[in-house]
Amino acid sequence: MAFSNEQLERYSRHIILKEIGAKGQKKLLNAKVLIIGAGGLGAPVAMYLAAAGVGTIGIADADEVDLSNLQRQIIHATKDVGKPKVLSAKETMNEMNPDVTVNTYHTFVTSENIRKLIRDYDFIIDGTDNFPAKFLINDACVMEKKPFSHAGIIRFKGQLMTYVPGQGPCYRCVFKNPPPKDAVPTCKQAGVVGAMGGVIGSLQAMEAIKFIVGQGELLTGNLLTYDALKMDFRKIKLPHNTDNCPVCGKNPTITELIDYEQAECDGAL
Amino acid sequence: MSDFNIDDKVDITDVVCPTTFVKAKVALEELDDGQILSIRLNDGEPVQNVPRSIKEEGHQILKLLDNEDGTYELIVKKVGD
Repeated sequence: MAFSNEQLERYSRHIILKEIGAKGQKKLLNAKVLIIGAGGLGAPVAMYLAAAGVGTIGIADADEVDLSNLQRQIIHATKDVGKPKVLSAKETMNEMNPDVTVNTYHTFVTSENIRKLIRDYDFIIDGTDNFPAKFLINDACVMEKKPFSHAGIIRFKGQLMTYVPGQGPCYRCVFKNPPPKDAVPTCKQAGVVGAMGGVIGSLQAMEAIKFIVGQGELLTGNLLTYDALKMDFRKIKLPHNTDNCPVCGKNPTITELIDYEQAECDGAL
Repeated sequence: MSDFNIDDKVDITDVVCPTTFVKAKVALEELDDGQILSIRLNDGEPVQNVPRSIKEEGHQILKLLDNEDGTYELIVKKVGD
């Protein structure tokens, strides 16, 4: 595949980089990334990956754009309120970069559909806002041998880690089970600063880009935490031994996906 | 020109900085170690900057020929993969 002059110009800042070059840009254009959740995290991830020229981007989300989303979900605009988030996200990405093919999945991910969904993609982004989805994504990625970036944000705090099959712990190695229902508030109940999605989502996009071009060190075997109020980043080394993990360990006890019950949101908030 | 065995040619007179260098760099990436690329470039900013940038990437500049029509022919040997 040869670059057009327009592509050379569009991607010039990548191509100039020794670590990316034309070869890396071609890898990006041939790559397929699935973003689960078109919200606070998924929005910046989708925009940076589309701008970077990731050739195929899948985006899964069952929700419609709500006015209260716009404080942080920068891929959606005021005119999009009421529209499916995946459609609004696709429109923004197409406007940014016509090189990108966007596949939309206007659905919740469940134990029924997730394995088939992720199978077509090279890298998965967890941009979800609840524990059942996070464990589901982890377990499905382990079973399908897919690398993924986990992240979570709440209030002024965020965290992320990267899983690559065979290269360190999975999310369940670190967090054995979802917390009890209502033990951890949702963003809806607790609040979150919009820029938090930008900080952590941009880091997820960076991990995906590094994975695709095969450069640098990924956040495998480590958990990065960010406390915005204290302006503190911590990179926490995770135990390397994954043998006893119920899903990625030597003798897995979890061999089928689990749909955990989602905590009820307090409708009054 | 005839002094060299040109393996590939690229015309960067249809683009401006920094795409000039980017287009040359992409053409060089397609070649193997030791192969020779002929680059047609404009007088002025391109002829001042592109050879230097290519040199910084570790490639070898063999010759710069004045086409006497406001363009130059830069002959480069690719160094490395």
